[in-house]
Amino acid sequence: MRFKQLELSGWGRTTAAAVSAYRPERISAAADLVRAAGAENVVAYGGGRSYGDSAVRTGGAALLTERLDRILAFDETEQVVVCEPGITVADMQAFLVPRGYSLPAVPGTGFATVGGIVANDVHGKNHDRHGSIGDHVCWFDLLMADGTVKQVAPDNDGDLFAATIGGVGLTGIIVTVCIKVLPMPSNAVQVTEMRVRDLDHFFELFAEHRDRATYSVGWIDALARGAKLGRGVLELADPSPAGIPDKAPRRLRVPFDMPGILLNRLTMSAFNEVYYRRVPDGGEVSKKSLTAFFHPLDALHDWNRLYGRAGFHQFQCVVPEEGGASGIRSLLEEISASGSASFLAVLKTMGGEGRGHLSFPVRGYTLALDFPARAGVTDLLQRLEDITLDYGGRIYLAKDSMMSEAGFARMYPALREFRAVLEHVDPKGLFMSDQALRLGIRGPGR
Amino acid sequence: MSETAPQKRTWLVLGASSSVGRAFARLAARQGADIVLAGRDTDDLNRTAADVALRAGVFVDVVAFDAEDFDSHADFAADCARRDTAIDVFLLFGAMHEQDATDEDFDLARQTVNVNYLGAVSILDRLAPILEKQGDGRLVVLSSVAGDRGRRKNYLYGSAKGALNLYLQGLRARLFPAGVSVTTVKAGFLDTDMTFGLPGLFLVASPEACAAACLRLSDKGRETAYFPNFWFLIMTIIKSIPEPIFKRLSI
Ligand SMILES: Cc1cc2nc3c(=O)[nH]c(=O)nc-3n(C[C@H](O)[C@H](O)[C@H](O)COP(=O)(O)OP(=O)(O)OC[C@H]3O[C@@H](n4cnc5c(N)ncnc54)[C@H](O)[C@@H]3O)c2cc1C
Ligand SMILES: NC(=O)c1ccc[n+]([C@@H]2O[C@H](COP(=O)([O-])OP(=O)(O)OC[C@H]3O[C@@H](n4cnc5c(N)ncnc54)[C@H](OP(=O)(O)O)[C@@H]3O)[C@@H](O)[C@H]2O)c1
Repeated sequence: MRFKQLELSGWGRTTAAAVSAYRPERISAAADLVRAAGAENVVAYGGGRSYGDSAVRTGGAALLTERLDRILAFDETEQVVVCEPGITVADMQAFLVPRGYSLPAVPGTGFATVGGIVANDVHGKNHDRHGSIGDHVCWFDLLMADGTVKQVAPDNDGDLFAATIGGVGLTGIIVTVCIKVLPMPSNAVQVTEMRVRDLDHFFELFAEHRDRATYSVGWIDALARGAKLGRGVLELADPSPAGIPDKAPRRLRVPFDMPGILLNRLTMSAFNEVYYRRVPDGGEVSKKSLTAFFHPLDALHDWNRLYGRAGFHQFQCVVPEEGGASGIRSLLEEISASGSASFLAVLKTMGGEGRGHLSFPVRGYTLALDFPARAGVTDLLQRLEDITLDYGGRIYLAKDSMMSEAGFARMYPALREFRAVLEHVDPKGLFMSDQALRLGIRGPGR
Repeated sequence: MSETAPQKRTWLVLGASSSVGRAFARLAARQGADIVLAGRDTDDLNRTAADVALRAGVFVDVVAFDAEDFDSHADFAADCARRDTAIDVFLLFGAMHEQDATDEDFDLARQTVNVNYLGAVSILDRLAPILEKQGDGRLVVLSSVAGDRGRRKNYLYGSAKGALNLYLQGLRARLFPAGVSVTTVKAGFLDTDMTFGLPGLFLVASPEACAAACLRLSDKGRETAYFPNFWFLIMTIIKSIPEPIFKRLSI
């Protein structure tokens, strides 16, 4: 059994963890690692597209799933696909879309893996309509702490199922997943973009469109203040009956860490202004390929290097619908006053709760944005956490790198059930990440 | 003039559980060939078979094959001959241990020679008549730059690959009149299970790139090639060092 010593970090690159990486190419080899691990911690590392420290354990073993990338079954009558966890969302879409289907929840990057999106119960731009990925998982095979593989479905072990969906890798390694897919008439969507004057305007438009459009997402200029607070662009989309010709995507790469200074208030404001003005006053309708629509940032490889060597934090919270509008306003006021936000922030509606104990979604509004790692950002993130808590909201584990342990416990009321399952399936605490340790996810003192 | 559909062919992949084998099967299937995945871990190969068949819509079969089980090779080849399509062969099974380990344990040394050299001879001797009878076809073998010169760090494995390369030269001459090409691909470092975590690697190539090169080189009917091709330069230099100096090097 051979390991490679690596420094792995999350997508935000604020911390790096020294790990012993292990890269199985078959399921039996993954099981070998778990059986041999002894006292050492293990955690799965998929595409590394979580922003913080959820896929690494300093000094532990990182089980890289990238080579477990096979599609095992596709049943058009049942409309399900069965695959290994390391296949990327982009590869899965490349398989499904020409056959008339899509993953039911697609995150903003195609480099995430199927195992990773299940472990964070991710949501896409269609959350109102279709929920998060966990809502469509029929069953999965879980490699457990004792080295055995167990098939888990809601009706054979509902607790373990709920603990694993969104369970950030702490119940074990998902080695096979069965997902119900979504019919998709073509490789394109019909997109309507409209300018949104301010935050009130956003909430009006959300109320009007969230139940009509299949996909909806808002882009906010988080640097705009005063009367312009919350101005941005609303994007609505529906599957297009007719497709568009496949173009080989243009791929650019950020070849080195940009000097962090290039991302300052001036350049960011200018960028946001251009983005806002890009959409004509009366709105714009266009047809986009699913790839361009779901993964606009993927065309620029390693874009996280734009933030320089220090990296960046991403903040994403959801606040419940009740009182949510004022919650979002408080957050945006705090953010715009700090002046440290960067490119566009994302504001969108969420439809309902997920099936996992630690699933992020709640019916309400979710806000996501980046902050370059600079002096003052820690305080700002703490203030944003406090506001989120005041409005009964929660922070997304996939994006977290700084949440407080007490805040986390208040945000996730099913934590007790989650811990009870871990106590049962992994009493020795084999599966552990730096995030789990930082937030005391397994329980105090574990 | 009537056009006839191109004849359906089958790629036989010997050592298919390697990441290069998986990538090769996917690629060849995408070009329309049926695939036979041969190897020891048939449970795992069944998963690859499902993947390849689903993605490319071709017929994929799994057959148990152990390179060291020489006695089974005649039957294995006879089964291949009974397939209703012509076959092409990609041979890539291999095994590598640390030189120090094989120095101390003859069983490991014997296994290295048995898999990398004798196993290849045993199966290719059985497959050669089928290819000859077929009157066309391709054999491509993933070998190693290690076979170009015996190095302190790796000479046992290198000797087996070197012997394989010599064997393939003769086999090439034998199969040439029958219209069968034999391609030897001498690979440098590949990012596979064999090397993951080993110290001292550089310019490591992906399994996908290696698989694509093997397919492309055999399509062109090339005799031998280095992959990636800059290894030609590196090996030219290594081969040109005089033995009195080379013996003092611990590379
Ligand atoms: C540009 C960008 C856009 C994004 N957009 C969205 C979005 O729209 N919606 C959204 O919900 N998220 C979004 N995300 C977050 C991303 O989808 C999640 O972080 C996702 O989990 C990443 O998958 P990954 O394979 O990279 O997982 P990793 O980051 O490698 O791992 C994430 C977690 O999953 C666990 N894990 C991975 N594989 C397995 C496995 N096989 N078994 C058990 N546990 C496993 C890890 O241990 C870790 O806890 C975005 C991220 C980026 C960078
Ligand atoms: N990695 C490199 O840097 C490198 C460089 C040059 C050349 N090569 C050559 O490339 C080829 C592929 O190796 P790899 O790098 O992909 O490593 P690998 O993953 O270890 O693959 C080796 C393959 O050989 C098979 N094999 C071993 N013993 C066998 C036996 N007795 N019978 C049948 N199959 C057997 C293995 O199958 P099982 O699943 O049954 O074990 C596996 O499919 C090898 O010939 C290797 O020598 C590799």
